[in-house]
Amino acid sequence: MFNSNSVVTLSNPVYRRRRLVNRLMLTLALAALVFGLFWLFWIIFTLLEKGGGALALSLFTESTPPPGGQGGLLNAILGSVMMAAVGTLIGTPIGILAGTYLAEYGRRGWLAPATRFLNDVLLSAPSIVIGLFIYAAYVSQVGHYSGWAGSCALAILVIPVVVRSTDNMLSLVPNSLREAAAALGCPQWRVIFFICYKAARSGIITGVLLAIARISGETAPLLFTALNNQFLSLNMNAPMANLPVVIFQYAASPFKDWNDLAWAGAVLITLLVLGINILARVLFRK
Amino acid sequence: MVTKTQSGGLMDVLFKNTTRVFAFLVFSLLAAILVSLLYGSRESIAQFGFHFLWLNDWNPVENQYGALVPITGTLLTSFIALIIAVPVSFGIAIFLTELSPTWLRRPLGTAIEMLAAIPSIIYGMWGLFVFVPIFQATVQPALIDALAPIPVLGQLFAGPPFGIGVFTAGLILSIMVIPFITAVMRDVFELVPAMLKESAYGLGGTTWEVVWKVVLPHTKNAVVGGVMLGLGRALGETMAVTFVIGNSFNLPQSLFSPSNSIASALANEFNEAGGMQKSALLELGLILFLITTVVLAISRLLLAHLRKSEGTTH
Repeated sequence: MFNSNSVVTLSNPVYRRRRLVNRLMLTLALAALVFGLFWLFWIIFTLLEKGGGALALSLFTESTPPPGGQGGLLNAILGSVMMAAVGTLIGTPIGILAGTYLAEYGRRGWLAPATRFLNDVLLSAPSIVIGLFIYAAYVSQVGHYSGWAGSCALAILVIPVVVRSTDNMLSLVPNSLREAAAALGCPQWRVIFFICYKAARSGIITGVLLAIARISGETAPLLFTALNNQFLSLNMNAPMANLPVVIFQYAASPFKDWNDLAWAGAVLITLLVLGINILARVLFRK
Repeated sequence: MVTKTQSGGLMDVLFKNTTRVFAFLVFSLLAAILVSLLYGSRESIAQFGFHFLWLNDWNPVENQYGALVPITGTLLTSFIALIIAVPVSFGIAIFLTELSPTWLRRPLGTAIEMLAAIPSIIYGMWGLFVFVPIFQATVQPALIDALAPIPVLGQLFAGPPFGIGVFTAGLILSIMVIPFITAVMRDVFELVPAMLKESAYGLGGTTWEVVWKVVLPHTKNAVVGGVMLGLGRALGETMAVTFVIGNSFNLPQSLFSPSNSIASALANEFNEAGGMQKSALLELGLILFLITTVVLAISRLLLAHLRKSEGTTH
């Protein structure tokens, strides 16, 4: 690295060149960070500018209007909340139980490592493929789109996130806790319920929150499952309105009122998702 | 006392087997997806066979379907996304691990992670209604004019400035995968033993030399794994691409021409399709599923040994 007259001073050309390269690269690193943040702030600024003005109380009290009419997003918000809630309620217990097996029982045997690997693949699998799966396995069998189908698709997105966080968090619980409880004569299921879950609680809750944040903004899996509904409907067995698909349809429409509603919905979803993400981080840090 | 132990034993068996059943359920999900997509696309597979993969024809009128255009569009947009996202993510990871003051690391890291939290459809709307008009009016004509005389680049960036197209889709995809690649790079850079870095600094290395010649070689498997993870994300991204790629079943003539991707073809056509077209679209979904599964599996193999230190967000 050094030549014979390796005196490290500014007069040494090798040293000058290395210093220059270093400066250049570190400046580029800073530029990369600015590049990333630039888009974030541009998008948030756009949302506040275009959607901030469209936020009104009527969004929460009226349903989606016919073209050119006045209205809000009540049916879409209710539909999204119901499907996300059902999806979370189905996906969370499955995820926690499967994650428990991976961390607590699966130390020997093939099932746990194989499941862990496949779960990681599922975690990043394209959400539109999950939508197709539910379409092929459920919607095309019963013959109609429905809120239940949408919830199932969302549940499949929840499961891998919860499995991953449950598995990771239970693995962080020190073995000495388990051994201490076992030494007092506590059966294993009680150890898991009252010691391990308790110790890993904040991490598991964080995982569930991140899963909720993820499904709140998902459009693709709902397109082929819940479809959409122009009217207020609480029937889970019928096509159901939901915010992402309403945004998708209204953003691309030629009507100004619909475009405004799409931007308002976009602000609502983004604030919700970013809010849950930040809440999850704050919770977990404690 | 005896009864209590027995009930404990019974509960133990019950609970253990319940968790095992659910673990097996998760285990079989991928296989279930594969089987149902295969079943849904059986007509198309029987009709077109392997020709489906390279037929450049998507014609609902004559019921002729080939996947060449959407496959090309998917691979090309993801490739553009990686070309932009990999160096940027590397830069951000260097900044967060080597340069940033400690108190700024967490807020800056969280801000970059928020790029992953913004829903895909928001990227699409913002891209089509805010980014595309500006890009079309300023950057695109300038690029076309500036690069026109250069042989290869000129052809890559030729054509009328539509604003939408393959390049725009790739650029927006790159913004969306930056947080995933950055997160992996940052995590593995932090795991490099301080002793290694200090030795290099002790020999007189500059920060860049330490990163390039010590940190990166030490973490290269995981870095490639992170890049593959980003690729897997980019391949399957739907809504953002649907808004800006142009949705035309034509092979792109240049990076600025509109085309189509598998995911956006599905989002646009699936609900209106019937019969053979639906089957062909399901086969497109099957192809997308197979490509992403292979990419993500490779990514996870490369990242396997660092699982524990990874966060829960990616």
